[in-house]
Amino acid sequence: MLIFIGKRLVYMLLTMLVVSLILFLVMEINGESVARRVLGPFTSGEQIQAWLAANGYLRPWYVRYVEWLGNILTGDFGQSIRFRTPVADVLWPRLGNTAILAGVTFAIMVPLALTLGVLAGMREGSKTDRTITVTSVVTTSIPEFASAVLLTVLFSTWLGWLPGTSAMSDGWNSLELILPVMVLVLYGFGYIARMTRASMAEVMQQLYIRTAVLKGLPYRTIILRHALRNAMIAPFTVIMLQINWLLSGVIVVEVAFAYKGFGSLILEAALNQDVYLIEAATMVAVFVAVSTQVLADVGYTLLNPRIRFK
Amino acid sequence: MSQQIDAKAIAPPGPLRSLARTLFGGLALLRESPVGMVGFGLVLFWALVAIFAPLISPLSPTAQIQPFAAPGTEAPGGEVLWLGADQLGRDILSRIIYGSRTVLFYAPIATFCAYFVGCIFGLLAGYLGGWVDDLLNRVADIILAFPVLVLYVVIIVLIGPSGLNIVLAVTFASAPGIMRIVRGLTLDLRNRDYIAAAQTSGASLPWILFVEILPNARGPLIVDACLRMGYVIITIGVLGFLGLGLPPPTPDWGSMVADTRSMITFAPWMALFPAIAISSLVLGFNLLADGIREISLRD
Repeated sequence: MLIFIGKRLVYMLLTMLVVSLILFLVMEINGESVARRVLGPFTSGEQIQAWLAANGYLRPWYVRYVEWLGNILTGDFGQSIRFRTPVADVLWPRLGNTAILAGVTFAIMVPLALTLGVLAGMREGSKTDRTITVTSVVTTSIPEFASAVLLTVLFSTWLGWLPGTSAMSDGWNSLELILPVMVLVLYGFGYIARMTRASMAEVMQQLYIRTAVLKGLPYRTIILRHALRNAMIAPFTVIMLQINWLLSGVIVVEVAFAYKGFGSLILEAALNQDVYLIEAATMVAVFVAVSTQVLADVGYTLLNPRIRFK
Repeated sequence: MSQQIDAKAIAPPGPLRSLARTLFGGLALLRESPVGMVGFGLVLFWALVAIFAPLISPLSPTAQIQPFAAPGTEAPGGEVLWLGADQLGRDILSRIIYGSRTVLFYAPIATFCAYFVGCIFGLLAGYLGGWVDDLLNRVADIILAFPVLVLYVVIIVLIGPSGLNIVLAVTFASAPGIMRIVRGLTLDLRNRDYIAAAQTSGASLPWILFVEILPNARGPLIVDACLRMGYVIITIGVLGFLGLGLPPPTPDWGSMVADTRSMITFAPWMALFPAIAISSLVLGFNLLADGIREISLRD
């Protein structure tokens, strides 16, 4: 087991290393274009040469890469061009805001999706099953930016119940969190629900469920004691991998509601060609994605007794 | 006239006719799934709208008529703006109709390119195995390590927003996922007897991959292609929404929403109708995929 975890961790580090190398080469192999982005488009050649010399860009790329990697590992991401502050000063607070958004989304989405998935999978082909399945297809078909518009028009413009933006400009306001969370839950729950349904439906066809039915156990006990525990193994992986999806989802939702989080920061950095901020944000995003994948793998083996006791 | 029809009926089916027969045969099967038929109807509706856009569009998609006109307004010139007009006074109905051309042009091309690349690598990885398989899997791991929208944003910002670049970005980001699926299917098929027969008769590698293996893996791939098409449509919409889509004034549903959503409090129709349009098209593909899967599981 420990060997397995160790292998996954080493593999994760290797992936991160390759990603960082590719990212560095793409963003910084050409020192002059970095200089032009930092100094602005109307800089003279001499100024650029001076900047390159002052910032060590005249050294070969592999020396610069090793130095850059060392800096990143110690939390020094460089200076943001757009915000004119160290990247770390913008990055961490924004990441915190997104963690709140993602946390609330998960706290609502996961129980909802699991409940619906279990209800649908309990009796495959029933009316409940079909309703839940079709509903989840419909909600996952509405892109986040479209449902953001639909829900804002409904709850903000017509009903006037909720604020239409979530910039939190007058301090923290939990009301402003409702619409973004709603959009994310609406788009995301369908996938988990469908996976749970499939897993539950499979478990319900197992022989041990038939045995339980035939020995006269109440339906409640069959579901709660025998089916649920076995049906929850596969959705666990899916839920962990949804964190990866959520990192994409928050970009759209944060831009749509002007929420000051990690997603809107990535877009802002990209649109402004803020080299160091793009590098830092991408590395953080990849780190979150890869580490949740490892957690999903490890968790799956821990949960599944067939693998655990091998 | 009647003689012509007779001649056609007797003639052996050409490739086009057999293709048509397969399509109609598939459609006849799909009739058993109401959900699938609804999906097919939605997709067909938008396909027809896109094809006949110049005929059914009431006005020009770029003409500036009456800014902020509410749905149903009759402009001074006598034109009726059925779904209202946007902030520049352009007819929203006409822009949605022309916007279907944009999305139904780029989404199938991007999906096809992603499948082309994904199938080649997936077949090679699954059939050859060994170091080819290892290498391709490692590369796929690296690409899949990026959250997908982060990857799109970074790529599009680096190479610039244009139709071709959107196709390139979608291919790059989706091909690894397709490769994984094709690889899995190939692993399953490569030990079949008919592959061994092809090998002993000296069939070339491309022949085995594309004629023996790929057609037999088509079932799951068709379902996946429908789902992926829906997802690519969302991606094109999202890129437009984030300001990374096609340059204006191309009518594009995503950027229509992006340009008008700040005015949602007093002119909600401007963002509402394009949002409904893209949702219905994606829904069409997803329901179609669901219907096909339902039918393929039945037998």
